[in-house]
Amino acid sequence: MTGYVVRRVAQSLLALLGVSVVVFSLMHLVPGDPVRTALGTRFDQEAYEALRARAGLDRPVLVQYAQWLGGVLTGDLGVSFRSGRSVSDVIMARVPATALLAGASLLVALAIALPAGIVSAIRQGKPIDYVATALSQIGVSIPDFWYGIMLILVFSLWLGWLPPSGYVSPLEDPTEFLRRVTMPAVTIGVVTGAILTRFTRSSVLESLNAEHVRLARAKGLPEGRILREHVLRNAWIPIVTVTGLQLATLLGGIVVVEVVFAWPGLGRLALDAVVNRDYPVMQGAVLVIAAAFLVINLLVDLLYARLDPRISYS
Amino acid sequence: MSATEATADDRPVVDEHRSQWRQTWSILVSNRMALFGLVVLGLLVVAALLGELLAPHGANAQGFEFYAAPSLDHPFGTDNLGRDVFSRVLIGARTSLQVGAVSVGISLVAGTLLGLVAGYRGGWLDAVLMRSMDVLFAFPIVLLAIAIVAVLGPSITNAMIAIGVAFTPIFARVVRGSVLSVREEVFVRAVRSLGASDVRIVLRHILPNVAAPIIVQTSLSFAFAILTEAALSFLGVGVQPPTPAWGLMLQEGRGVIDLAWWMGLFPGLAIFLTVMAFNVVGDGLRDALDPKQRSIIESRGQGVDA
Amino acid sequence: MSDPVLSVRDLHVRFGSKRGVAHVVRGVSYDLHAGETLALVGESGSGKSVSTLALTKLIPMPPGRIDGEVHFGGRELVAMSEAELRSIRGNDIGFVFQDPMTSLNPVHPIGRQLTEGMRHHLGLSASAARDRAVELLSLVGIPDAANRLDAYPHQFSGGMRQRVVIAIGLSCEPKVLIADEATTALDVTTQAQIVDLVERLQEELGLAVVWITHDLGVVAGIADRVMVMYAGEIVEEADVDDLYGSPRHPYTVGLLGSLPVLGADEPGELTTIHGLPPDPTAMPPGCAFHPRCEFRDDDRCRDEHPPLRDADDAGDGHRVRSFYEVPADVREAASTSSQVAEAPPNAGDPLPAEASEGDR
Repeated sequence: MTGYVVRRVAQSLLALLGVSVVVFSLMHLVPGDPVRTALGTRFDQEAYEALRARAGLDRPVLVQYAQWLGGVLTGDLGVSFRSGRSVSDVIMARVPATALLAGASLLVALAIALPAGIVSAIRQGKPIDYVATALSQIGVSIPDFWYGIMLILVFSLWLGWLPPSGYVSPLEDPTEFLRRVTMPAVTIGVVTGAILTRFTRSSVLESLNAEHVRLARAKGLPEGRILREHVLRNAWIPIVTVTGLQLATLLGGIVVVEVVFAWPGLGRLALDAVVNRDYPVMQGAVLVIAAAFLVINLLVDLLYARLDPRISYS
Repeated sequence: MSATEATADDRPVVDEHRSQWRQTWSILVSNRMALFGLVVLGLLVVAALLGELLAPHGANAQGFEFYAAPSLDHPFGTDNLGRDVFSRVLIGARTSLQVGAVSVGISLVAGTLLGLVAGYRGGWLDAVLMRSMDVLFAFPIVLLAIAIVAVLGPSITNAMIAIGVAFTPIFARVVRGSVLSVREEVFVRAVRSLGASDVRIVLRHILPNVAAPIIVQTSLSFAFAILTEAALSFLGVGVQPPTPAWGLMLQEGRGVIDLAWWMGLFPGLAIFLTVMAFNVVGDGLRDALDPKQRSIIESRGQGVDA
Repeated sequence: MSDPVLSVRDLHVRFGSKRGVAHVVRGVSYDLHAGETLALVGESGSGKSVSTLALTKLIPMPPGRIDGEVHFGGRELVAMSEAELRSIRGNDIGFVFQDPMTSLNPVHPIGRQLTEGMRHHLGLSASAARDRAVELLSLVGIPDAANRLDAYPHQFSGGMRQRVVIAIGLSCEPKVLIADEATTALDVTTQAQIVDLVERLQEELGLAVVWITHDLGVVAGIADRVMVMYAGEIVEEADVDDLYGSPRHPYTVGLLGSLPVLGADEPGELTTIHGLPPDPTAMPPGCAFHPRCEFRDDDRCRDEHPPLRDADDAGDGHRVRSFYEVPADVREAASTSSQVAEAPPNAGDPLPAEASEGDR
């Protein structure tokens, strides 16, 4: 068990290091001088020199990377080319909105996927299975940004039930937060939920057809108990893992959906930074999102090891 | 499997392969969903090739009433510049298929090469390559594509490169996994013992045997690539105006959605139908080629981004 | 003779499929007495497993359909409700399945899998069930049983897992144990140990056993009576010595002829039965075996369905489903070739011992 944890943590650290190299390289792959590009028409020699020095662009690349990484490790992600504010502060201000939306979306996704996937597996070949399979095929193929716009059209503009966009902190006004998080969370949750439904279905089906389930039936156990302890208990393991991996899809969806719903999160921050050529902010946002994905998947894998006794000894 | 019988004989068994493909095709078209997908794809290809000839108006022809609701003259209405939305959606098929083809082509070639090398060589090279792929996996695909576009600058070409790079790890993983499973099979060891070169073994004996998962992945990746392109264009970092692209049209329609819902509805439906067609064909191919292999979406757990 | 514990009458199992109705068990009848071991022999697809799973309706329904009567303990099971059947499965009728690697749930400790049936059927407390689980594991020959209860299946070898599965089958002291290819997946030495174990338990507990196998070699070592199944029906039924001594059905003769013979001059001298069993969705109207029969193939074989008739006047219950007799010299050759099979199962098979025994 300990061996597995150590190996898995080491692997994640290595991947994080790789992520940092990719993110660092982003600014250095920009053709020409990134600071000059960033300043564009607002060019001013003094500001230019200051930004270059602050970003350390006048030193050898490896030194720059070491300094940048050192900064990252101590929570210093540099300063915004645009506002001159600390990137860490800018990012921290955006994290809650994204985290809340991600959490809400995941809840929606699981609330769809678990019942739909389990029921369609148990009722394999029945009408409800066909309906669930068809709906999940639609959900997998639907462009979430389009679907979000259609939700706004129907529920905000036509019916006037929900506000079309914007964010309110749940600490300030929980009800208003719920009203505002509903549409974006449903938008992402339906797409992610459709993918998870397919996976849950196949995972439960595989589990249902396992030989040990036949033996459990031969033991004369009640169906409910067989389903809980011999089917779902086993199907959980892959479902948990895939849910973790789906976070990448979910976080990717968040970038676009945050734009559609004017949700002030990391995704929109990253996109605005790209449009404004504010490279340090873009680097910071991308780094934080990728790191969050790696850390969550590390936690999921450790949870997996707890769920599956076979892992501990391998 | 035909190739297992090819033990010491270095000739590919062409006839058996051909009948295998014919069989795959007949299974595919007997699947109603896949057949539906194939029909949609056929129509798309026609629209992409003959768009201007079929469209009632030019993609950028102006001069019609602004924001005209759908009517017989303009079945999908007109947009903020008085252009015919139906014509633009029809001609826009070309952009989507083009971006899909080029970006999937990039990831197909790069990913297959990386996967073949990693899987066949193994050892440290495999470790380095696959760990690098893991790093790319950590980025949500849309975000990675945005970051790449940020570096290269927004344009259709750069969008295709960005999507191609972002999808490379998927192919690399699929191919590597398949190579690992055939590498130690008897027929491969047999030709190796006969002194065949590595390149020859990989190209003539391993590649044909990992073709099935690659084909399935290609169809599914087409779906994701088109979805991703639409997302990038929607965000303003993909295809640039005035090129007719569905994602871009959606962006133009978004701000005036209360005024002209048709500007948002129809391009979105086009994206949806196209993506679904590639998905169901991909699923159908998987069932026809290898029923045991799980859906890539399911086994990898990442894919549909946008 | 006492009343049978299990009495099966005219059992039919049909499965609906896209290609039509597959009639996989076609009118099987037999009695099973306490302490008796009945072997059910046949190729895969002969309906031997399905016919026993159907006894307590352990087949998916639909697409399956069961007809006939199964009398057990004064009750009839085919018409019984699912809830009542559940109180019989695992409790009065225990099952052991073929593959020890997949029969156990990998995510639960074996103790829990062993006790869940007992707790459910016998209402034992957790600690009472645990005590009994230790007894059972010791009984089936698992050393240090008390400390193994919390171990997971992957920590056991194949042979040890099959012992656990047998312990599960026996846990509620059933009257009947159905062992479906219980030793097929195991190496020869472990096979022999398991066979010995079941025989011993049978003497100690008075258990009736239905032993399903495609391996006539195992049957010789364990069975009292043998039923040979082909294409969903019984084609020959006899006491074990009778069947080996004077096989009557051409299929049985063929099966015995394909046994490996210890000490045969030429090891390749195995007779095989040519052809394939009939498609269960399209059974021939006459004798199901006639397309593969080497002795007779006339209009009667093709058109008329042979009844299960007494093979001779001995009154020993040797019955055979055929119109004609297999020539005496062929029967004799088959029976001599099978003499050696009375030795432990597959004794001629030089597999190394203890291939998978012991913990990994």
